Amino acid sequence: MTNAAASVSASIPADEEKSAGARLLSGIASRLVILVPYCWLLFFFLVPFVIVFKISLSQTAISMPPYTPALDFGAGFAGLTDALKELSFDNYVWLTEDPLYFNAYISSVVIAGISTFLTLLVGYPIAYGMARAPASLRPTLLMLVILPFWTSFLIRVYAWIGILKPEGLLNQFLMGVGVISEPLIILNTYTAIFIGIVYSYLPFMVLPLYSTLEKMDNSLIEAANDLGCTPISAFWKITFPLSLPGVIAGCLLVFIPAVGEFVIPDLLGGSQTLMIGRTLWNEFFNNRDWPVASAVATILLLVLVIPIVLFQHAQAKAQEQDR
Amino acid sequence: MNPTWTRFNITSIVLGFAFLYLPIVLLVVFSFNASKLVTVWGGFSTKWYASLFQNQGLMDAAWVTIRVALVSASVATVLGTLAALVLTRYTRFRGRVLFTGMVFAPLVMPEVITGLSLLLLFVAVGLDRGFLTVTLAHITFSMCFVAVVVQSRLLSFDRSLEEAAMDLGAPPVKTFFQITLPVIAPAVISGWMLAFTLSLDDLVIASFASGPGATTLPMKIYSQVRLGVTPEINAACTILIAIVAIGVLAASVVNKQREVQRRRDEQAAQRG
Repeated sequence: MTNAAASVSASIPADEEKSAGARLLSGIASRLVILVPYCWLLFFFLVPFVIVFKISLSQTAISMPPYTPALDFGAGFAGLTDALKELSFDNYVWLTEDPLYFNAYISSVVIAGISTFLTLLVGYPIAYGMARAPASLRPTLLMLVILPFWTSFLIRVYAWIGILKPEGLLNQFLMGVGVISEPLIILNTYTAIFIGIVYSYLPFMVLPLYSTLEKMDNSLIEAANDLGCTPISAFWKITFPLSLPGVIAGCLLVFIPAVGEFVIPDLLGGSQTLMIGRTLWNEFFNNRDWPVASAVATILLLVLVIPIVLFQHAQAKAQEQDR
Repeated sequence: MNPTWTRFNITSIVLGFAFLYLPIVLLVVFSFNASKLVTVWGGFSTKWYASLFQNQGLMDAAWVTIRVALVSASVATVLGTLAALVLTRYTRFRGRVLFTGMVFAPLVMPEVITGLSLLLLFVAVGLDRGFLTVTLAHITFSMCFVAVVVQSRLLSFDRSLEEAAMDLGAPPVKTFFQITLPVIAPAVISGWMLAFTLSLDDLVIASFASGPGATTLPMKIYSQVRLGVTPEINAACTILIAIVAIGVLAASVVNKQREVQRRRDEQAAQRG
C-alpha cells in the first residue's frame, strides 16, 4: 500500500516532466507546421509583388537586368536611399498616355465578362442535369467533367485551331452539310477567344454550380409545384437564388484568370485582338521593357483586387459552412 | 429513378460532354493521319510517332519537364499538406488572414502576373534561371492547389479519432503520422497528381522562370504551334493525354479498391 502510494507520487512529477518536454517539442513542431508554408508563400508569393512594384518605378536600361536603379543590397542604407531617389512614376504616366494600354485593359475586362456569362449559360444546364442525375451516375459524370481539366490547357486550346481554321474541320463539316457555301472566318477573331475561354474554363464553372445544386433540397421545388408554380418560375424563384453561391464562385473562378489570359488570345485571337495578358507578354519578351511590363502587371493586379477579395470571402464563407 | 431527370437534363449533359470531349478526340484521331495536312484525312499511319521519338529537341524538353514535375509535385505536396493543416487546425494565430489570402490568391491569379513576379524575384536575389527556378515557381503555385484538395478532406475528417489518440498519450507528431495521414492519404495522393499535371502543363510561368537549357515540353510545343499545326505536335499531345488519362484511371481504380476493402473491413468488424 505504502509502496504503491510512493510509486504513484513518484510517477506524477516524472510524468509531468515528460509531458512538459513533449509539450515543448510539440510546440516547436506546431510552430514549424505554420512557419514553413507561411514563409514559403511570403517569400515566393508576396515579396515578388513588392519587387514588381519597385521595378515598375524604375527606368529601362540596356543592361542585365534591363532596368535602373538595380537595388544594391550590398550598399546598405545609402544604396537604398540612392535607389529610392531615382524611382519615378514615368511608366505609369506612359501607360495613361498611350491609348493601347487603356484599350487593352478595357477589352480584357469586357472579353472576360462576356466569356464568363457565356460559360455560365453553357455550364448551368450541365451542372443542373448532373445534379438531377441518378445518384449512382453522379460520380462518373463528375469524373468526366474533371478529366479534361487534367489534360493540358495548351493542348486543349491548340485542338481548336484545327477546328476553327478557314479550311478546318468545322467549316468542312458545315460546307459538307450545305449550311454555308463560304468558309466562316472564326480563327483570329474575338469569337474564337470566346469559344476558347468557354471551353477551357467550363469545368471551373460546372464544379461549384454542381456542388450547390446537388445539396439543394428537392422538396422545395415539389412544394412550389404543388402550390401551382410553373417549373420555369419555380426555377427562377427557388433554384436559381439558392444556387447563387455556386454561381458567384464559378463566375469568379472564370473571370479573374480570364482577364489576364495569355495562351487563348495568343493562339486563337490572332494579332488583331487586344488583351492585357498578351500586352504584358510582348512588353516583356519582345520589347524587353521590364519596368513597363511591371507597371502593366501592377495595374492589372489593382483591377483584379476587388474580384480576388470577393473570391476569398466566398471561399472563407464556404469553409465556415463546411465546418 | 429521380423524376426530375428529364429529357432536357439528359440533352444538356450529352451536348456538354460532346463539347468537352470532341476537340480532344479529333486531336487524337488526326495524330494518326498519314497526310501532313492536319485537317484532311489521308489514311491511318503511326509515322508521326516515329518521327516524334527522333526529334531530339522534343525528347530533351520532355525529360526536363518530367524531372521538374516530379520534384515540384513532391515538394508542393508536403508544403500544401502543411498549409492545409494550418488552414483547418490552427484557427487562431497572428497573420491567419494573410495566410489564407496567400493560399487562395494563387488559384485565380493570372499566370502572367505570377510568372513575371517570380522572375523578378529570381533576378533580384541573383538566382540563375534554369531547372531550379522553374521548379521553385511550380512548387509555389501548385502547393496552393494541393492545400485546397487536402483541406477539403481534413474538413470532413472525424476529429474524435485524433483526440482519442492524444488522450491516450500519443504526441501530436505521432498522431499525425499514425492517424491523420493514413485517413487523408487519398487526398494527399490526388493533390500530388494534380500538382504533377499542373507542372506538366504549365507554359506561361515556365516561360518566365526558365532559362537556357531548361526548355520544358509546353514551351517547345508552343514555339512549334506558333509556326503552324503539325501532325507531330498532335502525336506529342496524344501521348501526354494518354499518360494523364492512364494516371487518372489508375488512381480511380486504386481508390475504388480501397473503398471496397474498407467496406469489407467494416462489415467484418461489425460481424466480429
